[in-house]
Formats: sequence, structure tokens, C-alpha cells
Amino acid sequence: MNILDVKNLSVKFDTPDGVVNAVNDVSFSLAEGKTLAIVGESGSGKSQSAFSILGLLPKNGHAAGSVKYMGQEILNLPEAEMNRYRANEIAMIFQDPMTSLNPYMRISKQLSEVLIHHKGLSKAEALKESIKMLDAVQIPDAASRVHMYPHEFSGGMRQRVMIAMSLLCRPKLLIADEPTTALDVTVQAEIMDLLIDLQEDFGMAIILITHDMGIVAGSCEETLVMFGGNVMEYRPTLDLFDNPQHPYTKGLLEAVPRLDQDVQTLSTVSYDFLEGGKS
Amino acid sequence: MSEPILSVKDMKVWFDVRDDAAGGIFPKTKKLKAVDGVTFDLMPGETLGIVGESGCGKSTLARSIIRLVKATSGEAVWMGRDLLSLSDADMLAVRKDIQMIFQDPLASLNPRMTCGEIIAEPLKTHFKGMGKTERREKVKAMLEKVGMDPSQINRYPHEFSGGQCQRIGIARALITNPKLIICDEPVSALDVSVQAQVVNLLMALQKELGISLLFIAHDLSVVKHISDRIMVLYFGNVVEIGTSQQVIEQPKHAYTQKLIASIPIPDPRKEMARRKVRRAERAAS
Amino acid sequence: MNTVTEVKGRSLWSDARRRFFQNKAAVAGLIALTAIVLISFIGPFFAVWSFEEIDWNTMGSAATLGRPSFETGHFFGTDDLGRDIYSRVLQGTQISLKVGVIGAAIAVIVGTVYGTVAGYVGGRTDQIMMRIVDILMSIPFMFVLILLLVIFGRSETMIFVGIGMLAWLDMSRIVRGQTLTLKNKEFVEAARATGVNTPTIIRRHIVPNLLGIVAIYATLLVPLMILTESFISFLGLGVQEPNTSWGALISEGAGTIRYDTEWQLLFPLAFFVVTLFSFFFIGDGLRDALDPKDR
Repeated sequence: MNILDVKNLSVKFDTPDGVVNAVNDVSFSLAEGKTLAIVGESGSGKSQSAFSILGLLPKNGHAAGSVKYMGQEILNLPEAEMNRYRANEIAMIFQDPMTSLNPYMRISKQLSEVLIHHKGLSKAEALKESIKMLDAVQIPDAASRVHMYPHEFSGGMRQRVMIAMSLLCRPKLLIADEPTTALDVTVQAEIMDLLIDLQEDFGMAIILITHDMGIVAGSCEETLVMFGGNVMEYRPTLDLFDNPQHPYTKGLLEAVPRLDQDVQTLSTVSYDFLEGGKS
Repeated sequence: MSEPILSVKDMKVWFDVRDDAAGGIFPKTKKLKAVDGVTFDLMPGETLGIVGESGCGKSTLARSIIRLVKATSGEAVWMGRDLLSLSDADMLAVRKDIQMIFQDPLASLNPRMTCGEIIAEPLKTHFKGMGKTERREKVKAMLEKVGMDPSQINRYPHEFSGGQCQRIGIARALITNPKLIICDEPVSALDVSVQAQVVNLLMALQKELGISLLFIAHDLSVVKHISDRIMVLYFGNVVEIGTSQQVIEQPKHAYTQKLIASIPIPDPRKEMARRKVRRAERAAS
Repeated sequence: MNTVTEVKGRSLWSDARRRFFQNKAAVAGLIALTAIVLISFIGPFFAVWSFEEIDWNTMGSAATLGRPSFETGHFFGTDDLGRDIYSRVLQGTQISLKVGVIGAAIAVIVGTVYGTVAGYVGGRTDQIMMRIVDILMSIPFMFVLILLLVIFGRSETMIFVGIGMLAWLDMSRIVRGQTLTLKNKEFVEAARATGVNTPTIIRRHIVPNLLGIVAIYATLLVPLMILTESFISFLGLGVQEPNTSWGALISEGAGTIRYDTEWQLLFPLAFFVVTLFSFFFIGDGLRDALDPKDR
């Protein structure tokens, strides 16, 4: 059974200058424990697609279509019902960990509150579970660090804390929106390795939103390439890299300089495919 | 072997920062050694890439050379003269020859000025006698050179895309015919497709005009593509400097090795294999 | 020669203007304010009585004979001295607006120059300049102003200078804060890197980017100036008779309300309230127009 079935998802924004179509007709499905990458550049609608799944669009955004989680329709659910799914079933991590961490609250409190609220654990149990989770995301000396404030952690450590927080309720699906973009390359590799390890341990599915084809290559079974709110290509990752079908995917793959290859000039993405009328 | 155009010797930039650990009523300060004894040479027409993680001092180093940041000690010898001990008037003359390109394409352009005014600013500063029409013609020619439509000269920065803004930034840097351009993360804020265009443009212009580039970036793949030599900075110190090939293929320092191992390669098979290696290493340690 | 037709740019100002004119409250405020200014200058030509003339017929019996009427030529009625309220309100409007605008202008100019210099130069200069502001701020300024008026006598210039010179303190703080953030922007760094000198950087790069916030604050400062002047006039220390201002008129009107001459209070009060609201709406509209991120 698929954990997530997205059909004809579209997202529109009301702006003072008229309606903007951010996402058009996106469909994909994700099996339990698998990883899907949504790749695109800024303005491709990749993040808005993810936000709409969790009902996190800003007030002027409207989503249409169908999003089924374990067969249940969850698109545009009322806030109260959506909250049952958030954290418990579907969790999300963001590019900047500080957006989800309260700078004035100790990590211990922020983590245990989630457990007390969602799982009804006692304070002591919640703290124990929190430390266990910090251990799982490989934060050294978790038992004492748990009482620190977010700003006392480095960027990479903060992202680990946020991952720990999102995994507290053992969600079946994790949506990671550019989780490593703000981090140094060496830390990025550590975090991505951690995510994949955790996925195996916890058996969850992951939707990884990124602009970096390199990250996609290392971690995802399937890849969906977006441009201008439309799906360009949606195929198994190996296929996609071996034999990219869409000119945009091809362009994207060739435009990145690579450590293992030498080229004289980088090829640039050609937008000839846009002449079909889409824009 | 020709003379280096710029040779930086034992450059140190230390900042006073508040020492939170010290306590007490009056804040105590400690030294933050952002750049701690960096030495390198830059040849005419050469591109030197500077890589390192955030906070390693690469931007501070670049800024200290052109005195945007005060260096604590050291020398930056530019064509035989130490920039750090020049008078302000002499330094002004040198600034014509050393220009800079910045990371954030939009933030590096004054939102209240037209793109023409922005590009013309260095001309106004260094060629005070130049007439208005001549200046305008030069700006238009430069716009064309960086691949933009000269008819856009009266538009404002917010009317351009990120890639176009970066082209305007490049045009501003090139307009005085400099000998060296310091590029501070010029492509890291851009989308990959735009990044490729800007990198190609920079390389083509450099080839055509024979300028030297100091190319600062955290992305080793881009640095390797554009640079003749690479310098790796780590906590304010040079841990490795050599030709691009040397540094990438035979990294000596542990940090460089880790950096190279961490950069994802857009090839699923290679990447999966590398992940397995990393996992085995982690399990072993 | 390059002969391409140049595309005209759309500056941030023209964007802001468009947004401002989409804001109904702000436009209404602008229209009301323009109307009041026009009335105060054109209105006197239609007046039957000048603002200092005394109508001996109505003197002493303002409540009955001094009612607003077209027959007597007292459109807004008279006060108990028999002076025409219509002319006096128009004259008071001119004075009050003048105090507001000149006071705000002094505050804007002094505050902007002081704040940008302190913020841009920074370091010790900034420390000293801002401590001076702190010290001046700790002086109860209304008290000082009243003292000045008592010692040097009541004069219009004294009010302008007094109010303006004290209101620039807030302005300089706001401007300094903005300058500090602007100073670290890359475009300022770019100008420094290319060798542009400090005065030019302030003039070309800092001040134009400050004008938005200065304009917003100035529109809020004008009503504040008017209020201050009114308060001083209300205390009887403001403009000198026979000249008048809104504060003086409202004060007189409030004093004589029990003699059933409510028009003496209501007409100046209406002008006063409409003007203040207009300024506040315009200020609000400007803020939304110049700073769209905040919405």
C-alpha cells in the first residue's frame, strides 16, 4: 500500500497582481519506507507542493486536487484534524532549524513537550525518550546537552536536534525541505547519511526537497523534477540519471560542474521546451 | 616565471569579541583569529580559488587585502607596494585596478539607483573628467559585454532576475578595466542553471581581458572548474595550496580529504558506493 | 553610437506611489488634507469679516445674535467678542499647519543628518553623539519650551524653533538605526571597495534608502507638532492675539461652551480632528506603500 498518493495537486496564490499558479497538476505516489526526491530551482513550486500536503500554505494560498495518506484524503482538512496527522504521522524539517526551534526554550523542554502533548507521556518519561532520540541522531553527550538552548548548538547540531524533534512521534513520512542547504558541505554529508540511516532504523518514507542533483543521486529511489510549477520528469533515480528524458533534466545535470569530470565550459540549461505554450 | 601581481604575506586579522564565558560586570574581550597568518602569491591572469567552510576567514581575508577590514598585521604587496601601508589617496588609485563581486546579487546593488547609474559609479569615482555621454556609452558597451540588453540601462535592480543582477555586478567590476577581481561567493546564491551561465561568463571575460581572479566559494566543484590553483582555508589558516589537480586528486590535509569525500557527485552508482565507504568508516571508528 | 531605444525603468518610488493610490483610506486622507489646505488659503477671499474685526452688534450676545448664518456673514458664527469664527478658523489653520510642517521639517533635516552621520561613522563618534541625544531626551521638553516662551516672550519663531529642535531627537535615533543596517549592506561595501568617499556614500547610497522611513515618520510628526502647539496655545502660551491657532480657538471654545456657543468649539475642533486623521491615514498608507514586506 502506498503511504502517500498525490493526484493532480495544484496550488494557487492570490496576490495583488492577480492569481499566481505555483503548482500545476502534480501527481506522484510514495510507497512505505521509500524515498522520493523533488528537485527544482527556486520558483519551481517544489516547496509549495510539500507545504500544501501538510496544510501549511500561507493564507492567500489555495490547494486543489487530492492527497491521500494511507488511503485517507488529507488535502484541505480542517486545522484540528490536520494536527492529528502532523508530527504523529507526517513530520517536516526545514532549511533553517531556527524556524522550528524556540530560541528562548531549552531543548529538553521543546522535545518533551511534543511527547507530552502528542503521546501523553509523563515528564520524566518524555525526557528519557528525548535523550534517547538525541542519541539516535548522534549528538554526543546527549544527556547533558539536552538542557542547553538552541543557540548553544552549531548549525549542524541544530539540524540534528530538529531531526530528532521531528522523529519523536515516530512518523511514517518525513518531509525534508532543503535540510542541508544552509550547512557546510562536510556537515551536509553527515546529515544526509544520518537521515538515510534513520530511515532504515525507523522504516519511514522520506520526501526530500532539494535543488542539488548530487544529493538526490545518493539517497533517493525516485525523482520528480519540477520547473515553473510543472512536473518535467518523474522516474526512478537510476533511470533518470542514466538516461534523462526531458531536456530540462538533461540541462540541469550538465550545468553542474563535477569533481570527477573536467569540462571546458559548462553547458547551460536550454529553455527551448517552453515553446510548447507552458510558461 | 613572471612576478606575482599580488603577494600576501603572513596576513592576520584578529577581532575583539565579547567573551561570554568570562563573566563579570564589565564584558571581557577575547581575540577571534579570523585570519591567522595567510601567505600566498597570485600571478597575472591567474585564477586562485579559495575554499573553506563558513567562518573559516575566506571573506575576511579578501576584504583585508583591499582594506574593507583592518588587518592586524601582515603585508599585501600589489605590484611592488604594500597596500596596507599606502596613504588613502594612493589606495584610491589602486582601487581602480582591484574590483570586487559580491555574493548576494540583489543586495549588492543599490535599490534606488538604475542599473546604468550603478555600473557608472566606479567611472564617476576614478574618471572624474569623463563626460556624461561617454560614460553612458561605456556602460552600454559593458552591458553588452556581460550579455545584457543595453536598452535595459534605465531599469532598477528589482526588475532583474538574480542572474541578471549578478551580471550587473560583474559589469560594475569590469568597467574600470581592473587587473584583479575579487569574487566573494559570486554564484552561491544562484540557481544551478544560472550559476553555469555566470561561471562561463566570468571565465570567458577573464580569458579575453587577462585579469586575475581571487575566487572565493564554499563549493569545491565550482572552484575546481574555474581555478588554476586552489587554496584551502581552515580556521583562518592555509592547510593546503596547489594546482587544482593536485588538491583534488592528491589532497594532503585531512580536512581537504574530508571535504572532497563529502561533495555529492550527481551519479547514483558512485554516490551510493561512497556512502557505503563512509558508513564503513563510521562503523570502524 | 548606440541607438537602441532605452526601456524606462520602474523605480521603487513609482511602485510605492501605485500602492499608495490603491489604499482608499490614504487617498481619502490626502484629499481631505488638500481640501483643508486649499480652504485655509482660498477661504479668506469669501470672508465678510476679517479675523481681527469686531462685530459690535453681536459682541456680548454671541449666543443669540452670533449664531452661524449667511445673513450676518458669520458663516461659522462669532465668539463673545464678536469676532468672526470662520475667518479665525481659517487663520488658525494656516498657523497650525505652518507650525506642524516647519517643525517637522526642522526635525527631519536635523534628525536625518545627525542620525546618518552618527550611524555611518560609528565608533566613538557614534557613542558621543547618541549620548548627547540621550541627555537631551531626559530633559522634560515641554517644561523647557514653556520656560523659553516665558523668558523670551511669546513669538511664532520661538515656537517653531523650540518644537522643531526638540522633536529631532527621536528622528535621529530612528535614522541611526536604519543607517546601521544599511551600512552593512553589500552595495555600500561595493561602493567602499571601489573607492567612493564617505560623504558621497552617505548622499548617494544611505540617504535615498532612508527616505522611505523618514517620509513615514515625518507624516506622523506633523500632527504631533500640531498637537504640541495646540497644547501650548491651550495653556495660553502659544501664538499671540489677534493671531490664533487651533489650540487657542479650541481653548476659547471650550471655555465658553456653557454660554451655548457650541459652534465656537465645534468648527475649529472639526478642522483639527479631520487634519489629524488625514495625516495618520496618509502615514499609514505611506508605510504600507514603502514597506510592503510588513503586510
